[in-house]
Amino acid sequence: MAEEVKKQRPAPDPNSAKMRLRKIAADAYSDAVEAKKRGELVGWCSSNFPVEIPETLGLTVCYPENQAAGIAARGGGERMCSEAESEGYSNDICAYARISLAYMKLKSAPEQDMPLPDYVLCANNICNCMIKWYENIAKELNIPMIMIDIPFNPDYEVSEAEIDYIEAQMWDAIHQLEKITGHKWSDEKFRQVQQISGRASKAWLDATATARYVPSPFNGFDLLNHMAVMVTARGKEEAAEAMDKLNSEYEENHLNGTSTFHAEEKYRIMFEGIACWPWLRVTSTGLKGRGINMVTTIYADAFGFIYKDFRDMCRAYAEVPNCMNIEHARDKRVRLCKDNHVEGLLVHTNRSCKLWSGFMPEMSRQIGKECNIPVVSFDGDQADPRNFSEAQYDTRVQGLMEIMDTNKEAK
Amino acid sequence: MYTLGVDIGSTTAKAVILENGERIVASSIIIATVGTSGVQNAVTEVLDKSGLRMEDMTAVVATGYGRQTYEQADYQISELSCHAIGAHFVFPDVHTVIDIGGQDAKVLSLNERGQLANFAMNDKCAAGTGRFLDVMASILNLKISDLEKEAAKATEPAQISSTCTVFAESEVISQLANGVKIPDVVAGICSSVASRVASLVRRVGVQEKVCMTGGVAQNGGVRLALEKELGVPILYDDKAQLMGALGASLYAFNKENKKNNT
Repeated sequence: MAEEVKKQRPAPDPNSAKMRLRKIAADAYSDAVEAKKRGELVGWCSSNFPVEIPETLGLTVCYPENQAAGIAARGGGERMCSEAESEGYSNDICAYARISLAYMKLKSAPEQDMPLPDYVLCANNICNCMIKWYENIAKELNIPMIMIDIPFNPDYEVSEAEIDYIEAQMWDAIHQLEKITGHKWSDEKFRQVQQISGRASKAWLDATATARYVPSPFNGFDLLNHMAVMVTARGKEEAAEAMDKLNSEYEENHLNGTSTFHAEEKYRIMFEGIACWPWLRVTSTGLKGRGINMVTTIYADAFGFIYKDFRDMCRAYAEVPNCMNIEHARDKRVRLCKDNHVEGLLVHTNRSCKLWSGFMPEMSRQIGKECNIPVVSFDGDQADPRNFSEAQYDTRVQGLMEIMDTNKEAK
Repeated sequence: MYTLGVDIGSTTAKAVILENGERIVASSIIIATVGTSGVQNAVTEVLDKSGLRMEDMTAVVATGYGRQTYEQADYQISELSCHAIGAHFVFPDVHTVIDIGGQDAKVLSLNERGQLANFAMNDKCAAGTGRFLDVMASILNLKISDLEKEAAKATEPAQISSTCTVFAESEVISQLANGVKIPDVVAGICSSVASRVASLVRRVGVQEKVCMTGGVAQNGGVRLALEKELGVPILYDDKAQLMGALGASLYAFNKENKKNNT
């Protein structure tokens, strides 16, 4: 009998963008744990809060949304959601919020630990559930809550009046943080952080834009993982370097005819909505197994911030996808679909996110019409595994593929 | 050329043998769920009825929720495409197909060539599907096949407002306790299904002609309620429940025919 030879995978290159980004994401947690041990104050920060503020002040902050996604992706979503529900929270509330509120109570999760906060930094430009989620944490832990209200903008452009409103709050937040932590704001340091954040953002957006090549030099699911660094560390030098590396690797892949999508790319789609983290493998293989590459998503685009000064930064944070009007948000997606030769749109109707699921039916109808592509949605959840059905997902994806096939044949 | 289509659904397994993509030689419907021997029984029955053997089949196509587990299939495609193909075969002018099965409801939009162009499906909740009607019939101590004639006797259809099967069950019990007559409750149940499915239809767009497929299509009470909701006639054929398997056998024929012509 032939001896079975176990395939040895080559050791990953520690200098590859993937490994560097993985390390930055992991270090963010371990650094926070160490900072807390040293007696430093640690904050919890919402994902679209201007990271430049804590970074310029030299503060250590953690990101509950990233932690919740990590816990859910590693199988702890149901346990943590149930824990929050036993505290009285409805299962209709965002699963990230439920996981975070459960973590606040338990103070530990084997999937991903991070230190409890001494203050919370909240911006509602990504969602409004965030306000009550963070307020509950602040009240329960008796810690300060710093809130920047970046309201939904019903107009296409951000007005000067809106920027005035946000800018005043940004300075107020900075002054509150100076008082709480004793750290001092420096305009010079801000300019450095802005420059780094701009460089990281540009490299990130350039990397994601390599999906314009056919076939794409990357598997779109890579973006969902790498994005964690753009959320948490876009103001850090090492993040900018890793993003530069990512972009150059994707360009090299294109030149060499390789890709991190390890299958024949038969179809190209845009994925709309937050990833279905508890079912990431299922949702990914359901596509890859059919040769469908998710080449682009607005979610990745949401974390590239490019601006010229402090005031312009206020505008940039008012232009994130969830607080812009439907025409602006649609146009951004239409551009992504057209630039990246998208043939179909797969929409995650995310039970956790009422806001996103609320605007998507009409927006996806408009995108489908403008780009002449089929639109298919599936029910799921960003972190609660109970809101997803594998068989239903599979049928919808196959239906989408069959329509894309029909469209290809008609061309 | 004989082709076999097998539709393995959540509550029934269906099989159709087609001759030259034109004539239905035999069909079978077995009540069984995915993962049971139902599918094999359906295939055995259709072969027995036709007097043919598995070896006589040029191609076998599986569809339905169990499509990926049926090892004898040469191809598998979604029930979405199969119902579109089957419905177009039976009603060449149809543009909207409403398929209500055991656990889901689908609305398909067909292009001019009868191909699937768009679709919408129910969310995770099974309200408005065959299972909902099963539960309601059981509370009323009726057979599923009795629902149509009971609904026809209604004089003042009851309002069943809950979309949740569990809550609707208690609502039906309350209606009965309040003296509402069974035909009126049944008509209310049919309207409740129709109302839920109608919103799916509107999402895709009501483009005539409209037909109904799937097991629930056999219930005239639901068909009538849907016609009222949508304001359009709904075409029906007694092969409605077989439409997925028919589409699968047609797909098999078209695939083989194309292969032979290239």
